[in-house]
Amino acid sequence: MYFQIHFVLLVSRQGKVRLTKWYSPYTQKERSKVIRELSGVILNRGPKLCNFIEWRGYKVVYKRYASLYFCMCIDEADNELEVLEIIHHYVEILDRYFGSVCELDLIFNFHKAYYILDELLIAGELQESSKKTVARIISAQDQLVEAAKEEASSISNIIAQATK
Amino acid sequence: MDTFFSGTRLSDMIRAIRASKTAAEERAVVRKECAAIRASINENEQDYRHRDLAKLMFIHMLGYPTHFGQMECLKLIASTGFPEKRIGYLGLMLLLDERQEVLMLVTNSLKQDLNHTNQYIVGLALCALGNICSAEMARDLAPEVERLLQFRDPNIRKKAALCAIRIIRKVPDLSENFTNPAASLLKEKHHGVLITGVHLCTEICIVSPEALEYFRKKCTEGLVKTLRGIANSPYSPEYDVAGITDPFLHIRLLKLLRILGQGDAEASDRMNDILAQVASKTESNKNAGNAILYECVQTIMSIEENGGLRVLAINILGKFLSNRDNNIRYVALNMLMRALTVDSKAVQRHRATILECVKDSDASIQKRALELIYLLVNENNVKPLAKELIEYLEVSEQDFKGDLTAKICSIVEKFAPEKIWYIDQMLKVLSEAGNYVKEDVWHALIVVITNAPDLHGYTVRALYRALHTSCEQETLVRVAIWCIGEYADLLVNNNGMLELEEPITVTESDAVDVVETAIKHHTSDVTTKAMALIALLKISSRFPSCSERVKSIIGQNKGSFVLELQQRSMEFSSVIQKHQNIRSSLVERMPVLDEATFSGRRAGSLPTAVSTSGKSSLSIPNGVVKAAAPLVDLLDLSSDDAPAPTSSSANFLQDLLGVDLTQPSPHPVSGTMQPSKAGADILLDLLSVGSPAPSSINGDLLSVHAKNAPVATNDTILSSPTAPSSMMDLLDGFEDKVPIYPSIVAFESSTLKIEFNFTKQPENPQATDIVASFTNLTPNVFTDFLFQAAVPKFLQLHLDPSSSNSLTANGNIKQTMRVTNSQHGKKPMVMRMRVGYKIDGKDMLEEGQINNFPREL
Repeated sequence: MYFQIHFVLLVSRQGKVRLTKWYSPYTQKERSKVIRELSGVILNRGPKLCNFIEWRGYKVVYKRYASLYFCMCIDEADNELEVLEIIHHYVEILDRYFGSVCELDLIFNFHKAYYILDELLIAGELQESSKKTVARIISAQDQLVEAAKEEASSISNIIAQATK
Repeated sequence: MDTFFSGTRLSDMIRAIRASKTAAEERAVVRKECAAIRASINENEQDYRHRDLAKLMFIHMLGYPTHFGQMECLKLIASTGFPEKRIGYLGLMLLLDERQEVLMLVTNSLKQDLNHTNQYIVGLALCALGNICSAEMARDLAPEVERLLQFRDPNIRKKAALCAIRIIRKVPDLSENFTNPAASLLKEKHHGVLITGVHLCTEICIVSPEALEYFRKKCTEGLVKTLRGIANSPYSPEYDVAGITDPFLHIRLLKLLRILGQGDAEASDRMNDILAQVASKTESNKNAGNAILYECVQTIMSIEENGGLRVLAINILGKFLSNRDNNIRYVALNMLMRALTVDSKAVQRHRATILECVKDSDASIQKRALELIYLLVNENNVKPLAKELIEYLEVSEQDFKGDLTAKICSIVEKFAPEKIWYIDQMLKVLSEAGNYVKEDVWHALIVVITNAPDLHGYTVRALYRALHTSCEQETLVRVAIWCIGEYADLLVNNNGMLELEEPITVTESDAVDVVETAIKHHTSDVTTKAMALIALLKISSRFPSCSERVKSIIGQNKGSFVLELQQRSMEFSSVIQKHQNIRSSLVERMPVLDEATFSGRRAGSLPTAVSTSGKSSLSIPNGVVKAAAPLVDLLDLSSDDAPAPTSSSANFLQDLLGVDLTQPSPHPVSGTMQPSKAGADILLDLLSVGSPAPSSINGDLLSVHAKNAPVATNDTILSSPTAPSSMMDLLDGFEDKVPIYPSIVAFESSTLKIEFNFTKQPENPQATDIVASFTNLTPNVFTDFLFQAAVPKFLQLHLDPSSSNSLTANGNIKQTMRVTNSQHGKKPMVMRMRVGYKIDGKDMLEEGQINNFPREL
């Protein structure tokens, strides 16, 4: 394996999980365990320390943005500085999409956060370095959803009219 | 016109959950929602499926079980609408993992979607496949993905490339199909496709050496050109990060170049220029630039030798080291460790900065820096380095002291140019952090001291002084007491004074005072007190005038609850009182302990050697000899870590006392005469001090040795040639034997027979591998065969999947399991088992308890 993100974890300062994405095989039980352990370690880190933790033979790169910790787990030999950039890339895209994103946005629109992540990473690898392109693709898909909704509601309108 | 029949909207549910003030309230909300969702699923409600799955995903993230929703994902994926598919695939990726069989059912939908006319749906399918596919799905769908690598839309091509990476990881053989399409991706202009394409090629190169050759020959030039292009490109708002155009692409290209250049001088040659350019021209004030520089340095270090480039690389690392950013320093230390193998001289130049990092406030950096310094020590720089480290020891944090102490001791021992310097440094470490110094380290110190007769006086005087300032460091106290006992006469008479010493006046009674303080001090543990008693005996012999006083001090321990102390006290008092004639020969000056033997033993002894776990180390640093016996072996300081001495002492015991060593004697032969582990462990049992290592409970001296193979080898280093040899033969015989355990019939009924076969690995006596063999005794076929087992708390069971879950008539299947017995030797294994299977669709159940495990498991 040569550079792979094994999983992405977004956790709040209170330890609430806001997003998890797994690119390596972990059973549901293992996932819970990992989340618990890692949250514990990261939430207890002092503020001035470096953004890298050695954990269970892997490296975890994390960065705090407001009340959320963005964490990505990589192999020992990988480029941690680049992963910091990837995290920042994701945050900037989220910011652009939601307009000054805050934790609440990611709670009520968690599925959208996932959709965006899916345009950024596949199989734990980077997919696109242009924020503009990602925004464009997400927007196109959002429009498809809007169009489908409109169609559905217009049909139900017709039915409602017909059954009056 | 909103008609909401079943349940609430997603946002309402989220609000309700967030508004819950207690965990119970939250559970209630979740339960209600799950019930509604389950009802909806049962009624096969289409309209709310989308919303239901969204809710389920949120609930899943809270940590609640949601497996009942898995099929909903499949139904949504199979729908025709984009929104349904989108959330269906998301649910699939979140709620399932690749090991679940339900996943196979999606293969068909995936195949259809990969051929869909709507490119966004193709994208959804590629994404899901890339994130979660199993090896079988990979094989099934590889041709589709291959085709999509050449799709008209770049967004699909880039997804296909990443999906291909996953496929290759799951089924490496498929890499040859992807080699050519991957190579053509390298010529693209679209950044997303380039990034993913380069990565795909990297992955293929790792998996297939032939592909690596191909890429090396055909693509190196092109890649160099692409990198040059991107490095020289003008400002591009779309890809700019902190003033650099697309750092991600830079880094991917550097990675691939690294693989291509490694081990090949020609390819490495072609990339030298661009590497030099990137290394020297990239801005290093922001993280993005540093990430590129870091990657560049790694590439330079991995490809074939080019002096100039390597120097450039190490200089970059040197600059990183003084960067204010913690992350950069950390990364630099990491890289420097790897650079050591390549060019250690260059790394040495940065020693001072690295030393500074040892004193950093960030614990991760401290650790890295310490490891790196440790690797940099050599005979030339050991003195200044040790000095700095020891000075830092005084101010370092508690958490770090342990590591730091261990490393300092190791450095000092390995590279000490003279004995006196070694002793000086060790004294400083003991005074500052004696409590962190490990047993074998201070034992080694004593060995060295005995080997430096001209320094005996100096050492004992220095220790005496140190005791007055740092008496809370237990290890220091022990070493000091041992030396004072041995060399009391030198202490008092100022013998062998070196020029640098200042004279000090110590009277005989001062010497006794110091030892008495040690015995009486509340923090002194059993070892220290025991050592102090011996030291007193020695002093009484060297200074007969103090005998009475010594006798009274020793006598105070006659009633001690600790057997070792009581015993010593009785015996020594007796020696002083009634046996003055042998006293002086008893406590004669110790012979020089053989350093070579000691380091040999130390190197050979297992770290977890069956010792008295150091807690109440009833070790005998000065084995008091009651009769003539091979002195050299018995008076072995390492008796508490290495099992080696047992042979000599055990043999010696046999001679003297005719004790049958194969039985655990309920009371020790003599407290001070049992450097053998078995004896010490017996003591442990009596005193219930510390936790005896499980394998020693066996009591059988010889079988205990069987589990420590090095013992036999250590014995061969023994300089004493005589008696131990017969013991050695016995031990040799046991060394290679792997214990065999009889197999048992665990269960037998009229329909089923279960047999267990056992094996154990010699290094791990607590774990047993069991192969269970199930035999169908009927003429019918068993299907859906499932074996379940339960074990009590002191056992740990790990069950592997069985070879099959159906048994033909009179057929047989096997299943392996591993049981770890934490009470190995004390409690036998026991297991409850239950077997379920079907005959002609009819359920059968058999259960039982297995009590006939061999006791030794």
